Amino acid sequence: MSIHEVIEVEEWAKPLPGLDAVNEEYWKAAREGRLLIQQCPACGHRQWYPRALCTACAADPDWLETSGRGTLHTFTVIRQQGIPAFKAELPYAVVMVELEEGPLVFGSMPGVDVDTIEIGMALEVYFLAAADDTGVPYWRPIA
Amino acid sequence: MDRTPVIVGIGLSDYPKAPHLNGVQHHVLAAQRAIADAGIDKSEIDGYVGAGGGGGMMVDDAVTMAEYLRINHRYIDGTMTGGSSFEFHVQHLAAAIRDGACDTAIVTYGSDQLSRMGRSLGTGGMHRGVQRVAGPSGYEAPYGNSLVGSYAMHAKRHMHEFGTTSEQLAEIAVGVREYASLNPNAIYRDPITVDDVMSSRMIADPLHLLDCCAITDGGGAFIMTTAERAKDLAQPPVYVLGAAGGQTHWNVSQQTDFTSSAGALAGPIAFERAGVTHDDVDLLMFYDSFTITCLILLESLGFVPKGEGGPFVAEGHLKRGGKWPLNTDGGGLSNVHPGMRGIFLIIEAVRQLRGQGGEAQVPDCEVAIAAGSGGWLSCIGVAILGSNRP
Repeated sequence: MSIHEVIEVEEWAKPLPGLDAVNEEYWKAAREGRLLIQQCPACGHRQWYPRALCTACAADPDWLETSGRGTLHTFTVIRQQGIPAFKAELPYAVVMVELEEGPLVFGSMPGVDVDTIEIGMALEVYFLAAADDTGVPYWRPIA
Repeated sequence: MDRTPVIVGIGLSDYPKAPHLNGVQHHVLAAQRAIADAGIDKSEIDGYVGAGGGGGMMVDDAVTMAEYLRINHRYIDGTMTGGSSFEFHVQHLAAAIRDGACDTAIVTYGSDQLSRMGRSLGTGGMHRGVQRVAGPSGYEAPYGNSLVGSYAMHAKRHMHEFGTTSEQLAEIAVGVREYASLNPNAIYRDPITVDDVMSSRMIADPLHLLDCCAITDGGGAFIMTTAERAKDLAQPPVYVLGAAGGQTHWNVSQQTDFTSSAGALAGPIAFERAGVTHDDVDLLMFYDSFTITCLILLESLGFVPKGEGGPFVAEGHLKRGGKWPLNTDGGGLSNVHPGMRGIFLIIEAVRQLRGQGGEAQVPDCEVAIAAGSGGWLSCIGVAILGSNRP
């Protein structure tokens, strides 16, 4: 078990994922501070985002709780964005993180000084409590 | 009967800014001009192909456009892979024409992106405010990425792995702008330098404003038929030598190799079918949504080994007079980009292969490659076209 910080939010102003029968477990776990991926019981393949099948062998995948740690695979610094909730946070990095468990996951690093960000740096997940049933994973350098 | 697939008509609507046209009118004007160019009766057209995608208040999906044009087709294809749709259309139509599913088909596209929707395509964000976003894009929606940002993540990784520089990418924008300066219709015609690109404002690191394509209005159309039918039409036929496509992901969150593309899948198939080599190619029409798009297409299609694109581009090989001139119409970077540019790659390749390139004509242009990138380097469509019978 690896529980990471969940920060309460007064008013959420950004788009949110739509929950469905396959992914609600993922977003609910995030609300509780846990980052899930999927692992196939038949072939061992690991994947993100969650799906109703293993993309390697088509079997039904299981959940796998991750360490919530990884390295920065690539990123960009967003310096122009029209949506007010994001515009207020400019500039910020949008990132692809390679998890210790293997898969790449998509996210961002709001509030992290963009001049300190480099590919390969070690990152850890934290979550914002966006709604009662939804936590949103974010990334920051491991102190 | 010789059913070798050929392109016999091309048409552009009014661009780069045409406030007198809505998106459907762009489709129509381009279609009228393609029909006139081919010298064919509209009544002969028995196939319709389009990707829609005009957006806003526009309804231009394939069945609606076929109805609007009143083409009671016996072959229809509405494949929508983003900007590369039209290269996939060539692949599909080549097979359909060979098979006899139709004899003569028209492909159309139109968008009033600049006049009606403004310049927010690249950085406006697709999902505004607090809303639930269904499907896989829900995994990206909370983070404030932009279209530019998705390509920028490719550029960043390419730089990290191979030492590619912003100056090298800028050379692509400079070379394409030189061609735009020869095109009286192009939206941006003033020559630029590497320094101009480097000093333009950063949109999403490492992509500057001048690494990004323009936003314009525009429409295009082309007509495909059999080599047999082409014999007594107005224009010399352009042959579809080989076409192929591939997909590695759709949403950028599912990209697994930020330095490559499905061109690595589609390229070898297209070249094998065409029976030509890279050295036979006289003209590159690459989807230049961003400078990095061209670099990754150049490498993944096998024109240069992976990682060597940066230095190669900096040596000027893609410029006017170089080994492989790129985007002789001025590209999406400087000529026309109404949202989905793939159809303009085909149209300009045909123009060049007919020898109708004007001041920008590539000498002895006999083989051209149109390579479209749809989505976020997601779906790559490749069409190799030639002026001579395969």
